Amino acid sequence: MINHHHLILRVVTKLLVGAIILFAFYVQFHGDFSPGGGFQAGVLMAAAFIIYGLVFGLDKTQEVLPPWVVHKLSALGVLIYSGTGVWSMMLGYPFLDYGAFDPGHPSHGQHTGILAVEAGVGLTVAAVMVTIYYGFGARYPHISDEDW
Amino acid sequence: MAELVYDWVILLASWGLILGGSAFVMIGAFGMLRFPDFWSRLHAASVSESAGMLLLIAGMALQSGWTLVTFKLVFIALLVFITGPTSTHAVANAALVSGLRPRDDVDGVEGAFPDLEAEP
Repeated sequence: MINHHHLILRVVTKLLVGAIILFAFYVQFHGDFSPGGGFQAGVLMAAAFIIYGLVFGLDKTQEVLPPWVVHKLSALGVLIYSGTGVWSMMLGYPFLDYGAFDPGHPSHGQHTGILAVEAGVGLTVAAVMVTIYYGFGARYPHISDEDW
Repeated sequence: MAELVYDWVILLASWGLILGGSAFVMIGAFGMLRFPDFWSRLHAASVSESAGMLLLIAGMALQSGWTLVTFKLVFIALLVFITGPTSTHAVANAALVSGLRPRDDVDGVEGAFPDLEAEP
């Protein structure tokens, strides 16, 4: 028999997780026109996974996002950030000088560069937040639904 | 002339809504401070906040007209309209499960509430 004790929370969470992820992407990619950016978007993205984990349990969340994937993603974000800087060095410009990506129009190059760097920041922040949640959430045995 | 009248009607309606919403939120805040126990405080906080939020956002939407701001305000209203009652439900559910019960000695009436521990 299915326990319906948390039915309202589960239905509302299913409604909201998609909206939270969409809002995280909005904050991520609209960050150079309005308040926002990689850090805020990463935290919002992590909040979507954390609220899913709080309501549906850690096991279900780790089916979607296994811990080893999260660890790789947190490293990949730093790689994207520093890779952008090294790439501009390879093009003969200073480290993280985004003008290198479009020498004819430096402002276009800056646009590309800031998007890449913010993508790396957002990826790392989201992955590290989820890792911290996994670290705390996995420490104790889960409360079974019968205990409520 | 007609446009002036229209502007004034919109202005007065929006300020009426904003003041009405503020009144709801104020009443909710007083209820939070003055009510005797957890359940009545939760009631004061949740119900009046939802009403006040809707009135305030309707008033702000009238101020901003048919713009992107109104669109965003509608989304905020939807979000808060869903999440507010849900969080109230979660808090009340946790309190009920952990054993908190409403006072049943109000106005000298004994046993005003059914025994929730008893199996039906």
